[in-house]
Amino acid sequence: MNATPISDQMAPDFLLAVEGLTVSFDGFKAVDDLSFYVDENEIRVIIGPNGAGKTTVLDLICGRTRATAGSVRFKNTELTRLKEYEIVRAGVGRKFQNPSIYDDLTVFENLEISYPRGRGVVGALTFKRDAAVKERVQEVAETIFLADHLNQRAEYLSHGQKQWLEIGMLLIQDPELLMLDEPVAGMSVAERKKTAELLNRIIKDRSVIVIEHDMKFVEDIAHKVTVLHQGKILSEGTMAKVQSDPKVVEVYLGH
Amino acid sequence: MFMGYTLSELGSIFAMQAFAGLILFSVFVLMSLGLAIIFGQMGVINMAHGEFMILGAYMTYLTSQLFQSYLPGLYGIYFFVAMGVAFLVSGSLGMLVEWSMIRFLYKRPLDTLLATWGLSLIMQQAFRSIFGAREVGVELPEWMMGSLPVTDTIEVQINGLFVMGLTMLIAVAVYLLMFRSRWGLQVRAVVQNRTMAGAVGISTERVDRNTFGLGCGIAGIAGSAFTMIGSTGPTAGQLYIVDTFLVVVFGGAASLAGTIASAFTISQAQSTMEFFMSGSMAKVLTLLVVVGILMLRPEGLFVLKVRR
Amino acid sequence: MKPAIAPAFSLGLKDLIGVVILGLVLVVLLPLVLDPFRLNMVGKYLTYAFVAVGLVLCWGNAGILSLGQGVFFGLGGYCMAMYLKLEASTPEATKIQSTPGIPDFMDWNQLTELPFFWVPFKSLGLSLAAVVLVPAAFALIIAYALFKRRVGGVYFAIITQALAAIMTILIVGQQGYTGGINGITDLRTLHGWDIRTDSAKTLLYFVNAGLLIGVILLCQFVRRSKLGRILVAMRDKEDRVRFSGYDVASYKIFVFCFAAALAGVGGAMFTLQVGFMSPSFVGITPSIEMVIYTAVGGRLSLLGAVYGTLLVNWAKTSFSESFPELWLFGLGGLFIAVVLLFPNGLAGLYRAYVEPRLGSLFGRKGAEPKASPAPAE
Repeated sequence: MNATPISDQMAPDFLLAVEGLTVSFDGFKAVDDLSFYVDENEIRVIIGPNGAGKTTVLDLICGRTRATAGSVRFKNTELTRLKEYEIVRAGVGRKFQNPSIYDDLTVFENLEISYPRGRGVVGALTFKRDAAVKERVQEVAETIFLADHLNQRAEYLSHGQKQWLEIGMLLIQDPELLMLDEPVAGMSVAERKKTAELLNRIIKDRSVIVIEHDMKFVEDIAHKVTVLHQGKILSEGTMAKVQSDPKVVEVYLGH
Repeated sequence: MFMGYTLSELGSIFAMQAFAGLILFSVFVLMSLGLAIIFGQMGVINMAHGEFMILGAYMTYLTSQLFQSYLPGLYGIYFFVAMGVAFLVSGSLGMLVEWSMIRFLYKRPLDTLLATWGLSLIMQQAFRSIFGAREVGVELPEWMMGSLPVTDTIEVQINGLFVMGLTMLIAVAVYLLMFRSRWGLQVRAVVQNRTMAGAVGISTERVDRNTFGLGCGIAGIAGSAFTMIGSTGPTAGQLYIVDTFLVVVFGGAASLAGTIASAFTISQAQSTMEFFMSGSMAKVLTLLVVVGILMLRPEGLFVLKVRR
Repeated sequence: MKPAIAPAFSLGLKDLIGVVILGLVLVVLLPLVLDPFRLNMVGKYLTYAFVAVGLVLCWGNAGILSLGQGVFFGLGGYCMAMYLKLEASTPEATKIQSTPGIPDFMDWNQLTELPFFWVPFKSLGLSLAAVVLVPAAFALIIAYALFKRRVGGVYFAIITQALAAIMTILIVGQQGYTGGINGITDLRTLHGWDIRTDSAKTLLYFVNAGLLIGVILLCQFVRRSKLGRILVAMRDKEDRVRFSGYDVASYKIFVFCFAAALAGVGGAMFTLQVGFMSPSFVGITPSIEMVIYTAVGGRLSLLGAVYGTLLVNWAKTSFSESFPELWLFGLGGLFIAVVLLFPNGLAGLYRAYVEPRLGSLFGRKGAEPKASPAPAE
């Protein structure tokens, strides 16, 4: 919308360029003139207190919420004008905060639905479960530790397994930008460790934006950390830099 | 379609139709207020709402019969007693229904719709078995008969004025109850965050039951008003249910002011068109316009933008 | 519990057996035990089953509750009736009218020529196409307008109900064009073949049963395709499907139009077997009753929907014959009971009580855990 020509010339290498992003609900600006850039193969963690607008930022990028102003460019394509499914097809995957899987379907079917083929009505009617599909599902299931559960109804998975399944559903689409909203929330220590290992494996060859509260976890994976507060960026940089930023300390400890 | 009328004739026609529309508006408002409370606050679709109204109408009829037989001298005030009876009976039945049926279905709105439809069939047949299939009418007390001449060509009926006044009063009372009383605060708290409301000591179950009862009770009062302008039969309530739902949805489910505004718009549009074309076409056109607008603005006309 | 193949495929055989049994009941058993009159009545019930089966996909699988299926049933029925009426209104047959050659009710309403939208129904081919296409096209308009704007759930139900009301008022009001409240009556021949004789009615019954079986097989194909799984996925987690790269609205539009087309076929078969079509099959009450057929049979079961339709209609007929006043209590109670106590209808009861026993009877180790989940919405 009001993307400045300067950034057009200066930022061709960024995978994702968010500029001047604003959204207001009834006059309340949940995200206020936000700008940040994500490089290819970068792992960016967004942290911030509750209500800082973290989830809203992801909602805006993936089209779930429409921006009031500003632009989101992904590989130089403006996303704010695209429909949700077009954004997904462009290569942006999104994991929700609560595990969002299809309880009534098996693990296999959950993954199969996410397999990026036959997405139109006719395509879905004529979709064949061929060797390529099975192989890919198997491969992803192994990555997410669910190879032994392929024929189980997803409803009966544990909480942690459901989170992994949803990650797998994104993975099977091989997105260039992966957005994860609190992937380790509600997990046991063992599951947490396994998830960190999983994330470390799948973030190769793609960019990732993660929202997370668990600082230990953030420290483990983040290349760069963005701290949000009241819809604005409070601080940005390496973990060490952010942790020593007095503004961040105040927001986190002062409250 | 305006050809053949002089300007002053047209003025009178519009004024008279507007007045006729106001009575329709009153019934719509009373019906919709109850429905809006139940649907807007609780997310429950009550397909038997029309039958709760008719229950109120039958109660009014019974009360008038009792007064005629035993207290003919006090007939002038029977209506006020009838309103109370209608409210209590419909409201109590509503609470009973909530307790026995609705409370199991809060997470399944579409199923509530089917279950309450079943309830409406049962109520219709009960009316038929108890009061007979023939429509019954209520005799107006003397002071409500006749009409007031406003100008040479425009007259308004007293009972119509009375119903309207009553409607306004009830609307204000509901508003005060929902937005100025402690009870209303509890209802709204439960709507916004059930778990939290329960945690701070509000009995969410009781609030649900009372809310549903209140909605049905108001429908009962609507039934009282209904006896003034139409005759009461077992299936009379069904004729209103679609219109009332559209009124509620059109107004934006959670907004009482929106409900009233949309009741006004729809009833006036229908009444004005009725003069120039057949009643059925007027109805078709009104419904079509409402559905059309809902397609353009599904969240209703008076809803704020919120984060999902 | 690790079956070698995914359940979606192992279901295939069981489904097929169910269809064969239904086929035997409809095509062999019922014609053997019922006289032509009763058989014709079952045939009439079976036309509603087209609607009920469509609702299984639309409501049970995709979670879209339409309270306006009567509209599509009626549209299909009227398309057929218009053709039959025109065939019955030859200039010779109607020579006492002031305008011979047009349907009698038009003449009574002082119409002097055939309205333009009646003209295509002179052709059998166009009429048969219209039976499917008109309901589907109408559904497409509604579905496109509503689903693209993300209207769903309760709102969708209410709007479709309003449409049923509108359609009835319109048909009743426009007597000259539609036959009004009486509908289109006095239908005689289909392309020269008299449909009023017992033999014709029996033949039509078999055609109807055959079509229904075909439709069920088609629905099973749809359900077992990936599209079927997407519908279920959409019902439970619409956003997840959307953010897996699917245009959710187009799937809803498809399933709603599909159900509408099936309803249209049912309506046309109704007209053929019963010999008339009227607005009393279009409005709010018939539309919601069609939903209860599906609910009684089991909203997730195609075959259940057929049995549910037969059972409810059989109950309706026998009750209305002997205790008319009890029927509404019964029907009302049925709505409540099926929602509160048996949300998965007959099919759910079958799966919970009959199937396990059948399984042990045939020495199978416990039927597979094809769980019948509580209907999610």
